[in-house]
Amino acid sequence: MLRYIAQRLAQAAVIVAIVATITFALIHLAPGDPFSAVMDNPNVSETVRQTLRAQYGLDRPLPEQFVRYVSLLAHGELGWSFSHERPVREVLGSALPNTLVLMGVALVGSFVFGILIALFQVSRRGSVTDHVLSGLSLFFFSMPDFWLATLALLTFAYWLPIFPVGGAVDPVMHEYWGLGGRIVDRLYHLALPALTLMLLASAVVARYQRAALLDVLPADYIRTARLKGLTEPEILRRHALRNALLPIITLVGLSFPALLTGAFFVEKIFAWPGMGYAVVLAIGTRDYPLVVGGVIIGSIMVTLGSLLSDVLYALADPRLRSR
Amino acid sequence: MTAPLLSIRNLRTWFYTEAGVARAVDGVSFDIGAGETLGLVGESGSGKSVTALSILRLIQPPGRIESGSVIEFEGKDIVTLGDDEIRDIRGNRISMIFQEPMSALNPVFTVGDQVAEVARVHGGMSRRDAWDRAVEMLALTGIPDADSRAKQYPHQLSGGMRQRVLIAMALMMKPALVIADEPTTALDVTIQAQILDLLVDLQKKIGTSILMITHDLGVIAETASRVIVMYAGEVVEQAEVDELFAKPQHPYTEGLMHSMPHIGHDQERLNVIPGTVPAPTEWPAGCRFRDRCPYSWDRCASEHPPLYQIGTGHVSRCHLAVEPERRNHPHPPVVVEAGVAAA
Repeated sequence: MLRYIAQRLAQAAVIVAIVATITFALIHLAPGDPFSAVMDNPNVSETVRQTLRAQYGLDRPLPEQFVRYVSLLAHGELGWSFSHERPVREVLGSALPNTLVLMGVALVGSFVFGILIALFQVSRRGSVTDHVLSGLSLFFFSMPDFWLATLALLTFAYWLPIFPVGGAVDPVMHEYWGLGGRIVDRLYHLALPALTLMLLASAVVARYQRAALLDVLPADYIRTARLKGLTEPEILRRHALRNALLPIITLVGLSFPALLTGAFFVEKIFAWPGMGYAVVLAIGTRDYPLVVGGVIIGSIMVTLGSLLSDVLYALADPRLRSR
Repeated sequence: MTAPLLSIRNLRTWFYTEAGVARAVDGVSFDIGAGETLGLVGESGSGKSVTALSILRLIQPPGRIESGSVIEFEGKDIVTLGDDEIRDIRGNRISMIFQEPMSALNPVFTVGDQVAEVARVHGGMSRRDAWDRAVEMLALTGIPDADSRAKQYPHQLSGGMRQRVLIAMALMMKPALVIADEPTTALDVTIQAQILDLLVDLQKKIGTSILMITHDLGVIAETASRVIVMYAGEVVEQAEVDELFAKPQHPYTEGLMHSMPHIGHDQERLNVIPGTVPAPTEWPAGCRFRDRCPYSWDRCASEHPPLYQIGTGHVSRCHLAVEPERRNHPHPPVVVEAGVAAA
């Protein structure tokens, strides 16, 4: 098992390097550069443009820029963000915790909630409650995130001003509160975006989990469990759920990168200072090092996510362990 | 037979399918005595397995028990028991061994866990005690090195081992009745004999009754003392095992006997009963076997035969019991004239 994980990690490193190279090439091929806005201003002289380009090494041939970037990475640096005028490490360092908190709460919450909903539905399969919940989950399954986020914002921050309109903390007061106040302030700001994401993701989880449970129930070993005198809830929890986890594990692996890459639309609408927001804006401003830095983190998470789901498969199903 | 352990009366289990109401079990009555091995024989679709599952109330929708009663040892009717009471019987007083030992075990738990679970449900035992008892039972069913085998998963065991695990599971609580539904069908011939010997041996030790469901008359001859033959959802013949083999009364039983291959006799082809069991959604009126029967006459189409008493403990659902001379004039069955002969 350890050997297998080491092999997979080596493969992952190669994949991340390839993805970073392609991203580096693509973003430099895109028209414009970090100083487009400055360049297009007729009041800026040719000398200033040349100076800026030379200062950041953007006048050098692309292969040379790439070699320089790679040597930066080799030294554990991610470069300088043009648009933030700070090191990329710092920019990502301030956005990552926000994203991790938002996505962590939303994803863990949606898996727990989604699985519970599915168990509840399957224990009452075929009933009116089951059908109503299936309809609701299909409704939220099909709903675009920007739409639900906008509605949530309008409803609970504007018409019924219960929650703040945006941000991760109160822009003024946060600094002046003690630890308790700061935690409450963070939770208060977290509520709407996290619940929005949770509602959408738990609908997906509930649909997959319900279908997986219904697939497992006709199995002979479920009949054996009934024959032992177990109650239906015990049979669902102990014998059916464990066998119906495989599709959910796939979903865990696929959602894992979102922990650090965030959800752009929801972050944008709730003005949540996270990764999705930062990296998408960086593409628009041609902030080359920030884009590539964000993509490197994303691709690391994708490869780790698929490794994670393979390990979880083996934990859930002993038949897969020998491989 | 002493006082019955279980009395099944007029049991009807029907399935409400899109093709119509499938009357899989249609008025079945019989008794199982304490400590006896009762054979239940019939081909696929005769209603054997549905009868067994009805005894444990394990019929899943769209099927349901329409009417009838299954009175158990303490005088309770299983058909009308509450959910808690029937769960208390399952795996505890009545247990079951299935045909497919692979799919009947949960692939994600160790076999020891799965056997121990029975004792945790019914014995109220601690995890530790239940595990020890499970290892004990596994050893009793002849699994070598049961200690370490118990920690293995079903896919790591052979078919014969898995069937021993299911037997250990079924006998864990020393039940009054074990229903064995084709327990050897999925196994190699040599393993089949071992498993049957094991069942008979454990039955003596524990004193349980066995309802042996099979389509294999060889299994019946080896294990059962009494036999019930089912056809098309009904009991068609019932007798002591020796009596049945010596003097089968129902033409269907006769057909089953003829279709057994005999070792040492060179046979070009196996004798088979022509045709198949009719669809359970439309049992024919009159005798349900008449189209496949070499003796059938007009009475068989108009009058549904009752169970005629032949001798002590021997009954047969065939009009030949009252018109035995008809046996002297066999004819090709109707199904042969209609289809098979033309083909």
